[in-house]
Amino acid sequence: MSSAAGSASPMVTSERTPGVRLKVEQASYAYAATDRSAPKFALGPTSFEAQQKELVAILGPNASGKSTLLKLLAGIERPLSGRIEVDNTEVSSLDLRTRAQRIALVQQESELLFPLRVWEYVLQGRYPYGKRLRFESEEDCLLAANALAQVGADALRDRWMDQLSGGEKQRVILARALAQQPSLLLLDEPTQHLDIGGKVELLRRLRRLADESRYTVLVVTHELNLAAEFSDRIVLLHKGKCLRVGTPAEVYDRALLEEVFEAPLDVEMRAGGRPRVILGANFGT
Amino acid sequence: MRPLTPKRVALICAGLGALLFVAAVVSLRIGAYPISVVDIVKTLGSGILGRWESIPSEHRSIIFDVRLPRILLGILVGASLSTAGTGFQALLRNPLADPYVLGVSSGAALGAIIALIAAPHAAGAVQIAAFVGAAATTAAVYFLGRRGGQVDSATLLLAGIVAVSFLSAIIMFLMTTMSGRDMRGMAFWLMGDLASTLPTNPLPWFEALFFVFIVAGGAIYATSSDLNLILTGEQEARHLGVNVNRVRLVVYVAASFLTGLAVSVSGTIGYVGILVPHVMRMLFGTDYRLLIPTSAIGGAILVVVADTLARSVLSPTELPVGALTALAGAPVFIYLMRRRVR
Repeated sequence: MSSAAGSASPMVTSERTPGVRLKVEQASYAYAATDRSAPKFALGPTSFEAQQKELVAILGPNASGKSTLLKLLAGIERPLSGRIEVDNTEVSSLDLRTRAQRIALVQQESELLFPLRVWEYVLQGRYPYGKRLRFESEEDCLLAANALAQVGADALRDRWMDQLSGGEKQRVILARALAQQPSLLLLDEPTQHLDIGGKVELLRRLRRLADESRYTVLVVTHELNLAAEFSDRIVLLHKGKCLRVGTPAEVYDRALLEEVFEAPLDVEMRAGGRPRVILGANFGT
Repeated sequence: MRPLTPKRVALICAGLGALLFVAAVVSLRIGAYPISVVDIVKTLGSGILGRWESIPSEHRSIIFDVRLPRILLGILVGASLSTAGTGFQALLRNPLADPYVLGVSSGAALGAIIALIAAPHAAGAVQIAAFVGAAATTAAVYFLGRRGGQVDSATLLLAGIVAVSFLSAIIMFLMTTMSGRDMRGMAFWLMGDLASTLPTNPLPWFEALFFVFIVAGGAIYATSSDLNLILTGEQEARHLGVNVNRVRLVVYVAASFLTGLAVSVSGTIGYVGILVPHVMRMLFGTDYRLLIPTSAIGGAILVVVADTLARSVLSPTELPVGALTALAGAPVFIYLMRRRVR
């Protein structure tokens, strides 16, 4: 697997490689409804597909159902109705280890209780493939080293996890997910603690992983412009409903975005067909 | 990248095992009746080979009837408490967790005392009652130590303190119903004591206890790679394919068993489960596949050495071994707590 930047550019790849990786069919979810109260829908029926090599951004304001959708995709929760399939298998029917071999979830990491080296952390991604006490094989080490190379974190290998900067840590967490060799890579607000340079770098890297290493990447994010720049498809959620699914140009409609994000916004169409969102003229009035 | 290999685990354990052997031989040598190291090794060798007739009878009785059973008991108790400590630390995601600090030892002691009063002659009743006491206390402390659905470190330790004082109060109450002599023996046992519980023919007794230790310790060890991930974060462990609930149940039952086992034969010897895993982490790192066996052997070494000191420092007066481990363990606990708060 090469990590060379090469010709990777955030261009729309309109030609779709065959083989649907992820298929979401009318999936919905509600929090535990008691006998007395009606079910409180966290996510209404949602449908979309993602192919190999695609980067999909899940957008929406707070409490729009983004995290719920991600939990369903990761198989943490089972949909109330509908189906979610990865590689033609229903996610909720997979046993834990098989699921971890197909789907990797990158979240904000929890606080480490004991110090851990970067390579030890990345090797944890090999857990779903291990046997018995899971002593790591040479192959595991090779794959972990590859994963570190893919995120450009070779040099961090022997550092301690708690001594990394925010951006470095994010790359190492991503490397652990890659060591799982998943077909589906899910990221929950990965740009949250990064500065603008770090955000752009991360999305470029994800774009490259999708283009060159054939991952299907799904990113939950608040970054409207980065999502427009780097993703093939947008899933727009609002108050637990899936409002629109399509290319950035299809979804970024001024009136729609203003309604969803409750802010005066303007949408410009740039050369190359990528929209850009800016604050509207009546800002401050 | 230098991942842990089974060979490395075996080598380090062999080294610690040798250290334990040296500690045991030194402990066999120390006592009112002097025996040389050469005689000890000869006697042990002949005993293992079954050539009893070649051993002088006074050596045989001092080593095999008096000193060795006590050392074996120390090994068993130290390994059990230390393994239980590493298990509790992963289960509760807290490096300060320890059977003694969490009140689990007190729960086991209460169970044991109730069994001693209610059914003094029933075989195994004390052990089973101690296990039940330990398991119930672990569950109670775990639920009291949660805040907002998560185990909170400070709340957990407070729950442990409350459990210790509450259970101690019940134990005190039960002890006042005893005669003066029984009460003194019981008080000594509560402080941690390896001398008072040994039966006259200890071999089958040891076989049963070591069997329980191997099963419960082995169960915890079998989950060690899962525990590595759980220590990084429970949610993340789930995403990586760990069946977190099953692992927790296994560790919870096994660690309670080990605590019940240790307390039922030796009273409440404190801080072994916190002192030893901490030292082993500093020496060999945090990987549970190495930490559990090294902590087990390290715990055995600590209790054997502490018991040797306890019976020789103020000889012929014997100190309770729990007093010595607490003297060493409490400062380490404070150090760990302050380092975490910082």
